[in-house]
Formats: sequence, structure tokens, C-alpha cells
Amino acid sequence: MADPLPFRRDDPAHQPPLDAPAYRSTQGRAPLLAPIRAPVTLTEASAPRFDPAHYPPRLDLSRLEGRQAQGERIVVAGRLTDGDGRPVANAMIEVWQANAAGRYDHPGDQHDAPLDPNFLGRGRLFTDEKGEYRFETIKPGAYPWGNHHNAWRPNHIHFGVHGAGSAQRLITQMYFPGDPLLALDPVFNTIPDAGARERLVSRFELDLTVPEYALGYRFDIVLRGRDSTPFEEGHP
Amino acid sequence: MSTAHQTVGPYWHLLEYEGWNDLLREDGPNTGMAAEAITLAGRVTDGAGAPVTDAQIEIWQAGPDGRYDGSFHGFGRARTDEAGRFRFRTVKPSPVPGRGNATQAPHIQLQVFARGLLRHLTTRAYFAGEALNGTDPLLAVVPEERRGTLIAQPGAPGEWVLDIRLRGDGETVFLDI
Ligand SMILES: [Fe+3]
Repeated sequence: MADPLPFRRDDPAHQPPLDAPAYRSTQGRAPLLAPIRAPVTLTEASAPRFDPAHYPPRLDLSRLEGRQAQGERIVVAGRLTDGDGRPVANAMIEVWQANAAGRYDHPGDQHDAPLDPNFLGRGRLFTDEKGEYRFETIKPGAYPWGNHHNAWRPNHIHFGVHGAGSAQRLITQMYFPGDPLLALDPVFNTIPDAGARERLVSRFELDLTVPEYALGYRFDIVLRGRDSTPFEEGHP
Repeated sequence: MSTAHQTVGPYWHLLEYEGWNDLLREDGPNTGMAAEAITLAGRVTDGAGAPVTDAQIEIWQAGPDGRYDGSFHGFGRARTDEAGRFRFRTVKPSPVPGRGNATQAPHIQLQVFARGLLRHLTTRAYFAGEALNGTDPLLAVVPEERRGTLIAQPGAPGEWVLDIRLRGDGETVFLDI
């Protein structure tokens, strides 16, 4: 069996560092030592295949048992590709978010904003053969988070993506265009490169917008591609 | 250009589904597997030695047939509790091929997600006493004095224990994969 091709290293300017003092929680938790570079093996090149029979899709977060959640209904759609431009088909994507008032349906969330009995804020999607996904939800509200004085998270939806290799596992956040909180947010601004930050901001798209129903936002996601040069033995 | 990572945050528990830490659960993808169950358990602590009570741990492993694409679905997810403990019920993986003609010792990949981690961390659990540990290509590139952080030790019967220290004294070896 041929050895798996290594996954391309991300440009450090395009990813957040682990150690980012402006985001306070990193200080007790980010490792101090550099990670050890490991040769890519089947362990990293393979990943779970999720059978919708055991992991049922949940594509409409905007209602619960037929009852409408409060807030502005939106459609979110996009395409999942790898760094070589190939679609990642049949991939499981998990999403979770606050409700329209900026409150999570979670016992740990003590923000004094109303819960919505018709909004749970969690979904599970699968990409199709072209790597495309689509779901409906409510535009999440901003919420305070205590990182520093008057700290508010910009509106965001959390995304967890499972690729074709465990080395492609990605958890990120989708933001909304024009949000004034983006410029002030330590989590978003830990990413050094402006273009890489911009790619976390969804685009309003009229073609995704459903007349008389919901605004549409596009959020495309790129997982790590493969290096064409094999791993250099002896140079980990 | 890959999409940037962002922290899983404190509210990922919305994704916690009953039983995902039990790979042999009833009506799960491995229902009816005829293999002996093991437990992989441990505790996650931070730089001050305090328990990390809101971490998500995911595992990915081969089955008893040494395959990732065989009949065993080797994915699990656990949360840490108020003492930072996590626990999986699974089966022991068999050795899997490494690069070239190498064989990798039996191991389980762990990925750690938590508030305060802007990107998740990847590590492995090997099994103490396994003869193949001596020739495993990954263990070989880990400095000897840190290798122990990757090796689960036997606990109660059928139980393997691997603690994860995110930072500082005895810091776990994390992998750049
Ligand atoms: Fe959030």
C-alpha cells in the first residue's frame, strides 16, 4: 500500500496561535512546548465516516416540533473543499449557536437574556456529492463574555467539520458581514492575516435568499490539502 | 488556503449526545460487536494543575482487525466532568501499518478541544507493556523523558488510564500532524 501523502502545513499567518494573551483563557491552557512533528500515517489520513442512520441530520434549527423560533430567519449554505479545490463529499458538519437574544440553551450560559423554548441552536448536516451544504436557522445575537471590560462576541455560528482525514478536523466560527464587533473581538483577531480573517465572514447572497422567507448567507470552508512531496524520512 | 480554526468555546456541550463516549452502545454503529471492551479514562488539567472541566475529547482508532475502514467505527466523543475526568468504552485496537514497511504499535488518537484552545490539540494513547512500543516510529521521535505522556497505564481490570496535562509540568506531548 502506498504511503499517504502528508497534509500541507498551514501558513502560521493564516491560523490563530495557541498562545494569545488578548484571549485570556489561553493563558492557563495553551501548551508551552512546541508540538512534535509526526509522520502522516493511516491514523491521520483516515477519518470516521458518519452514517446518517446513526447520526441523523438536523437541517432546520429555525423551528422546533413545528413551532417557530424567535428572531430573523436565515439560510446558510456553502461548499466544503480541500486545499486542492476538490469537494469534500458526505462530510458531517455540526453547528451550534446562541439564539436571537444572544443566549445559548446551555446551563453554563448565565447571560441575562431570554431563552427561546423553540430554539435549541444545534444542527447536523452532511455535504452532498459536490461538497455543498445548506441549513436554516435564526440569526444569532451577540453576547457578553467577560474576557475584558465590556467584551461582546460578534454574531457567530460555531462549525465543526469532519474531513476525510483526522488531520483535517476543523472547528471554526462563521461571522456576519458588517458586524462592528469584529474589529474588537480577541478571538477573531488572533488570526494574523486579514484575508484569513475575512474568509470567516460569511457573504450576504441574494441567490440564497428565499423570497418572503429568509435572507441567505454563504460560508465556504476549506480543509487542508495534500503536499505533493512525500514526507522527508529522518527529518521530522 | 485552509479556513482558520477558532475555539470550540464553552458551549460545545450542545453537541454532546448521550453515549458517544461508549463506542459499543446499544443501537450505535458497533452494536453487536463481539470484542472485549476496554475503558480509556483520564483527567485533563491546565497549567496550574486545575481540572479542565469543559473539554471535549474525541478519539479515532482502528478496530481489532487493525483497520480504520473495517467493520469497527472507531470514533468517540466525551466531555470532561467537574473533576476534569473523561472516560471511553471501546475495544483495543490492533497494530496498524506505518509508513514504508513499519508497523505502528496499537494506539488511539485523541483530539482535545476546549475554551482557551484556539486550535485543538492532537495526541495519542499507546498501551503500556506492548512489545511494539519499542519500535513504533512515532514514539521513536519523541524524547524519551516525555514518551510516558503518550502511554496509558493499566488501572482497574480492563481499564487504561492516560492523563492529559495541557501545559507546564509533565506537559503532554502534542503532535503536529
Ligand atoms: Fe459562541
